[in-house]
Amino acid sequence: MGMQDFNLLEVDRLWKVYHKTEKALDLSDPVAIEKAEAAGAVIAVRDVSFQVKRGEVFVIMGLSGSGKSTLIRCLTRLIEPSAGVIRVRGKEVTSMDAEELTVFRRGEAAMVFQHYGLLPHRNVLENVAFGLKLRGLARELRESRAQEALRQVGLAGWEKKYPHQLSGGMQQRVGIARALVQDTDLLLMDEPFSGLDPLIRREMQDELIKLQKEWQKTIIFVTHDLGEALRLGDRMAVMGAGVFVQVGRPQDIVMHPADEYVQRFVQDEQRIAQLLDKGRVSRVRSIEAHASTRVGKVAAGR
Amino acid sequence: MFPSDIEFHVAPYISDFVKWITVAWEPFFTAFSNMVLGMLLQIEHILVAIPWWLWIIAVMVIAWRQTHEVVKTIMPGLLLFTVGIFGFWGIAMETLGIVIVSVIISLLLGIPLGIAMAVSDRCNTMVTPILDAMQTMPSFVYLIPALMLFGLGKVPGVVATVIYALPPVVRLTNLGIRQVPSSVQEAALAFGATSWQLMKEVRIPLAMPSILAGINQTTMMALAMVVIASMIGAGGMGEVVLICTNRIDVGGGFEAGWAIVVLAIVIDRLTQGLARRWDTPGV
Repeated sequence: MGMQDFNLLEVDRLWKVYHKTEKALDLSDPVAIEKAEAAGAVIAVRDVSFQVKRGEVFVIMGLSGSGKSTLIRCLTRLIEPSAGVIRVRGKEVTSMDAEELTVFRRGEAAMVFQHYGLLPHRNVLENVAFGLKLRGLARELRESRAQEALRQVGLAGWEKKYPHQLSGGMQQRVGIARALVQDTDLLLMDEPFSGLDPLIRREMQDELIKLQKEWQKTIIFVTHDLGEALRLGDRMAVMGAGVFVQVGRPQDIVMHPADEYVQRFVQDEQRIAQLLDKGRVSRVRSIEAHASTRVGKVAAGR
Repeated sequence: MFPSDIEFHVAPYISDFVKWITVAWEPFFTAFSNMVLGMLLQIEHILVAIPWWLWIIAVMVIAWRQTHEVVKTIMPGLLLFTVGIFGFWGIAMETLGIVIVSVIISLLLGIPLGIAMAVSDRCNTMVTPILDAMQTMPSFVYLIPALMLFGLGKVPGVVATVIYALPPVVRLTNLGIRQVPSSVQEAALAFGATSWQLMKEVRIPLAMPSILAGINQTTMMALAMVVIASMIGAGGMGEVVLICTNRIDVGGGFEAGWAIVVLAIVIDRLTQGLARRWDTPGV
């Protein structure tokens, strides 16, 4: 448990500016930034800093356009940040050259995408083994590892199917297995369950919680769904217009929203809490389970 | 009338240039010419060596494996049989040989060029107008430089055919690669694919249906051009059409035209079937 204190991911003053003359923009000069914005520059990520401890689930929540997807892509430089420093296990990702970055992406961070990003011409097993193939692992080795990952996500026996033959939930299980097989500490999940229907989403969330107990991965989880953030997150950040509006434990954010933007997110959740207080539980059965996981988390001392 | 004193002609300069290039690059053209001719003879040799009935059976077997339909299996075989009935078998094989060589050269040039265009926007903007020009220029125009550089015969026929047939495979390779969903490419990159791995494992395989459609188009255009290339002595079916046209031999012209159409249909079915087999459902 001593390892819990170790910051696996550190992000320091990260910026992403979409602008014609991006390089010329001095990000330490607020006047220059204001001018650039007036001239049509879009600031997707504005001076964001945060740390994530090893084994922690850190949720980034925000409306679409708040910059959360850009932010998570900046972490592995799928989108090149304009300024700032990213460190994973103390190694500076932002200063890596192309070759180092490839090694980093292969071994240190795995990602799960909203639209799965599976290869349509490869079967499930080959999809899961894809990352290992990129690393140059021998076929037998990578397939046996992929098989094990598929078993973990409950897809044993589906190896020879193709992605289009699978439901959305199952495709995302393949996506998770593909990330899992990489055996990285850092797991980046960009709205992985947003495209799934509510019941399947629930099921996937439960499974992720269960699996996370086993793995103890460090997960950065992007979502626009507060319920999801509350169920999964050890800590969460509410993002709006490129900045972290509030960072903290989910229950604290619900109880003490920092401003009106966060308030709008959490008001439903507060209403549910009030309903529960009045003992009108029977009407909101689905919400009950929802709340109980939260209570369980509190009880577990998180 | 347009004033004749400001008339200016580039024709002599172009002629001079082609004359100069023919002399200065003579060894290159000779070597290229010999290579193409060698290839042609080899392929023609193989095509003629295969007995006619084996051809028909092979085409029918391939058609059956692709369609599993009786009519679509028997029809190409029957059509091919009529080519022999009209007495064009040998000449048709000659045409097929030129088409095959032209298509091979077109693919060797066209697929890498299409990939380069997909990778580099600058290459794309540079090559696109050239492709447009190649497609809009009347095909007869190609015959002249090909004729000057390589003389009469099959080799200039191949060169003119390659120029004419090249654009579709270039365009469709480019288009296919550019249309690969960014979500799939992004995922591959996130797992540490290098740009070469991205191309080999993701972009080309996902572009394959489009590339194969391009190959089909290129093949059909090659067949069309080979007929025209008979005017500079490429031989084959086109020559028969040419002679019949000059003699106003309507009946003979019909037979030759029929044989060309049959070749086109058979080649089209076979290459299209190939494309369909590759198609991954759900892409």
